Amino acid sequence: MENINLRKFLKRGAIWGFIVLELIFFTVAGHFLSLSEVSFLDPENMLLLLKQSAPIGIIALGMTIVMINGNIDLSVGATFALAGVVMLDSMSWAVFAGLGDWVIPVAWMIALATGAFLGLINGMIVWKTGVDAFIVTLGAMLGFRGLVFMFNGEQPTFHLNWTMVDIAESSFFGLELPAIVLLLCTLVLWLVMNRTVHGRNAYAVGDNREAAVNAGIKVGPHMVWNFVLIGFLAALSAVVFYSASGSVNPNDGMLYELWVITAVVLGGTKLTGGSGSIINTLGGVIAIQILRKGLGHIGADTETVNLVIGTILIAVLFLDRQLNRRGQEELKV
Amino acid sequence: MTERIPALRLENIVKTFPGVRALNGVSFEVMPGEVHALLGENGAGKSTLMKVLGGVHQPDEGRIYVEESPAVMTNPLEAKSQGVVFIHQELSLAEEMTAAENIYLGELPRKSFGRVDWPRLRADAGAILDRLNCGFGPDQIVGELSIAKQQMVEIARALTVDAKAVIFDEPTASLTDAEKEVLFDVIRDLRTQGVGIVYISHRMEEIFRISDRISVLRDGTYRGTLITEETDEEAVTKLMIGRSLDLSRHVPEGALGGVALEVQGLSCGHLFEDVSFKVHAGEVVGFYGLVGAGRTEIAETLFGLRSPSAGQILLNGEPVRIHSPVDAISHGISLVPESRKEQGLVLGMNCRDNMTLPQVDDLTAGPFVSEGAEIAVFDQYRDRLQIKTPSWRQQVKNLSGGNQQKIVIGKWLSMRPDVLIVDEPTRGVDVGSKSEIHNLIRELAGQGYAVIVISSEMPEVLHVSDRVVAMYHGRITRTFTAAEVNEDNLVQAISGLGGGQVA
Amino acid sequence: MADTATNPVSLKRAGNFLARQGILVAFVIFMVGFALANDRFLDMDNVLGVIRSSTILGVMALGVTFVVISGNLDLSVGSMMSFATIVVLDLHDKIGPELAIPLMFVMTMSLGALIGFLVGYLKLNSLIVTLGMLSAIHGLTLTYSGGKNIDIADKEGTWFSILGQGSALGIPIPILIFLGLAALLSILLTKMPFGRKVYAVGGNGTAATFSGIRRARTVFCCYLISSFCVATAGLIQASRSMGSQNTVGQGMELEVLAAIILGGASLMGGSGTVFKTVIGVLILGFIQNGLLLIGLEFYVQYIVTWIIIILAVWLDIAAKRGRLWSPIA
Repeated sequence: MENINLRKFLKRGAIWGFIVLELIFFTVAGHFLSLSEVSFLDPENMLLLLKQSAPIGIIALGMTIVMINGNIDLSVGATFALAGVVMLDSMSWAVFAGLGDWVIPVAWMIALATGAFLGLINGMIVWKTGVDAFIVTLGAMLGFRGLVFMFNGEQPTFHLNWTMVDIAESSFFGLELPAIVLLLCTLVLWLVMNRTVHGRNAYAVGDNREAAVNAGIKVGPHMVWNFVLIGFLAALSAVVFYSASGSVNPNDGMLYELWVITAVVLGGTKLTGGSGSIINTLGGVIAIQILRKGLGHIGADTETVNLVIGTILIAVLFLDRQLNRRGQEELKV
Repeated sequence: MTERIPALRLENIVKTFPGVRALNGVSFEVMPGEVHALLGENGAGKSTLMKVLGGVHQPDEGRIYVEESPAVMTNPLEAKSQGVVFIHQELSLAEEMTAAENIYLGELPRKSFGRVDWPRLRADAGAILDRLNCGFGPDQIVGELSIAKQQMVEIARALTVDAKAVIFDEPTASLTDAEKEVLFDVIRDLRTQGVGIVYISHRMEEIFRISDRISVLRDGTYRGTLITEETDEEAVTKLMIGRSLDLSRHVPEGALGGVALEVQGLSCGHLFEDVSFKVHAGEVVGFYGLVGAGRTEIAETLFGLRSPSAGQILLNGEPVRIHSPVDAISHGISLVPESRKEQGLVLGMNCRDNMTLPQVDDLTAGPFVSEGAEIAVFDQYRDRLQIKTPSWRQQVKNLSGGNQQKIVIGKWLSMRPDVLIVDEPTRGVDVGSKSEIHNLIRELAGQGYAVIVISSEMPEVLHVSDRVVAMYHGRITRTFTAAEVNEDNLVQAISGLGGGQVA
Repeated sequence: MADTATNPVSLKRAGNFLARQGILVAFVIFMVGFALANDRFLDMDNVLGVIRSSTILGVMALGVTFVVISGNLDLSVGSMMSFATIVVLDLHDKIGPELAIPLMFVMTMSLGALIGFLVGYLKLNSLIVTLGMLSAIHGLTLTYSGGKNIDIADKEGTWFSILGQGSALGIPIPILIFLGLAALLSILLTKMPFGRKVYAVGGNGTAATFSGIRRARTVFCCYLISSFCVATAGLIQASRSMGSQNTVGQGMELEVLAAIILGGASLMGGSGTVFKTVIGVLILGFIQNGLLLIGLEFYVQYIVTWIIIILAVWLDIAAKRGRLWSPIA
């Protein structure tokens, strides 16, 4: 029994243990290798790190829910870009010309609605056609990207509004807006997944879909909601990011889906559905960001980041399997 | 009892599928506080009847009454809301969630904003678990429970509604003896609480222990109801099979060949320990024991699918090491596995390719697969085993269970093994194919094959075997010759009751 | 109930035919449609041009087809292709093309072997392994090149460009490589014992193991084939461009999967053919080209591809389950 509990604890806490190790490593290594005088653990550095985690992190929270549900969404990068384009483009629409700075919340709403709507499309297709979410969202990844190009072709979309930049860069209690949004989303979604019927049903659907159907959970609409949620979160991520930058490149967000999935898997969510945790996904996102910044801090080539992250992902998978092995009695298939 | 109204009554149910009359006017009732067993061979219509009852299929004719009021079922949920609950053979649980969540899956109590009312959930679930006396709490993660206890969770789920009738579908299929007792206690409790219980099984001894009445289905037709206390196994079997299946005891004749396979002190962790036995050429050795006794695991070890932790295997007197099925095949061992669909066949492949799969490397012309050689092998074994298929191009998933099983047997016979292991040779096979397969096994032994038959059906083991090995909890408890063995001493030997080891 | 109203047998037959050959039918309709809309569409030059521009995607898709039939995924082919391209370009100037090409094949295929080892022998989930490798190989490429673009210094003084730019008998060499490889791999898959094992492993891995098939070795070989094809694609890419950025293959992994799915392979494994993959690749290529020729913007192809992929898979499973809409409540 003790053994099982220890193992469980190890599995649940693994990502945070890994973060602590990373922090220790980069602090100590930074002490000897870094050119900068500032310690890696410097609070400002840590806050910056949290802020930089936000764009991927917000989407990763949604991906966690979709993956707990037993689905996957490969279209989040394109959704991110499309929501960004729609937001910046809509600010110069003639209809809103008289709004002044009130155009900002309107543009945000339009962007968020766009994201939710794209999620709705994916979800409805998954529900009504029964085509696997991997294929549906793989197609959508291409299709949504096509929609992005409709706005300005291969040209970037600009719209600079200083009020919006000020809002996007404002900070409260030392936390910048993106970090706050990330933490708030984490809190809300954690509550959703652990305290609400919808959240518990999400686990049930991913764990044993047939059981969920037999128990009368409306699996189709349930999954649609989760796709709407991840679309909304991808758009929210875009709102936070592009409000500050004011410029979208039509190729933005490419490969985001893969980074997001990497973070979620590092956080311990299973591809097969039924298990995973919002908090640990936040851990996965932060761990990747620490790695990025840390390698830069100790003067390693930024190129090695990809190499290290890829290796760690595979190592985690390997360790997870070793922990779950039944040893000699196992059937060799 | 006669004044009371039935908890559940089916009247003259007819259901036809294209080309098949699956149910032909079946009537059936269960009284409150009664255990009514429903018996029938595979394909007799038990599962179709249950699907009609659960609303998966709509009957073409006939009516369903719950406490004598007409009920229309369109899905299992609706059946449940009317007090008809199913406990399926395959459990339908979310394993990573708590018992309480599973019990109230789909109807978790809510507070405002869609929040789960945890205190109420725990209290309600706890009360039901107490009522079942099952020794774990509502916060227990279901995946960490034994199968039997998981089944308790399913039963608890049934009790969240005012259940009028609970239907158990082969509930003991994967339980140990002790767990079975616990289940029977629960069933008796439910009975005293006035619930009507339908108990579907093909295990005669259980049915006689637990049921009040027995109804028999055959070929989609209702064959009659017997009162358990007033009947015996023979009468029930006769109703069930119609014509009597030849399960006469096999009498060994002729001389045996040399020892083809010898196993000495073989162990694999806790799955089985210190197992020793011999199989001669021309002999059928039956392995009999409960599920989990280690029979299948021995077969898998002999076939290189598990690594033994101790002991050795000798073929024709020579010690051999078998690390993989490839090794086993090259040493002349074949295994017809327990689960046809999961282990035996690639369902999306055609008949021919399935049959020649283990030898596809050898049926070649130059570097290419020789279609001609493959078809020749297929034709030979199709004729020999009388496999009914329009052509070798047919995907095996379109064949009947019996023909699928023959494809698997053909696949391994065509390897011309010295030792043939057959695990559950007739599971899910119709009566006709069953006796064909039995005859085939005897015939093979006659031709000098060493055959091991693993089966959970005692009549089958007794019918085909020259010797019977009884297993209990991973150990061989006794080895019988055909002359020694009878149903009583075999049952004793597999329940750990029968004295010490006799070689 | 509705399907009994009209003639169910002929409907079902039509459905089955569409499900089995639907993608070919769609392909023909597209070709005829575009040919009617634009008379340049079926010009030899145009057709060869389309095929030629599809070859890199196509060659990669050939290899990944094996991986998909064996029941796995390969998301690393995009990164691996840029690795191959960068390596062969860099080595070309250092040791000459005669040595650079085989060395590049060895290096790329050892990456494939590594993936094959992880997925086949260690039985790790292929989606995550190849996702990790996507990132790791990209990092490896960047480390190798130092993040710089690599160019062949003397573009005129080498025969290297023939592979990507030359032609024989009036047909561009990349097309010959693509079709030749397709023919070889098709024979391997349908006529040789190995191919049969790939289908068995993907159709039911447990049953394959129980039939004495070395599942791990089979999966390993599929990844080796995949990496061989990727190396070939990288070679064509390098020879065509004679210089490259580190990002050359990025995003192609999902396009490759799109082509294979379009061809009708199931991601569950056990189905698909080389021929169907070629059709899938060509459909993607001709849609792109046809839409441009009839004067639509380039991005319309993405939207059309999206719709076609979902329709193709939807009709396929609808025919299998016998009803158009999914029965999920």
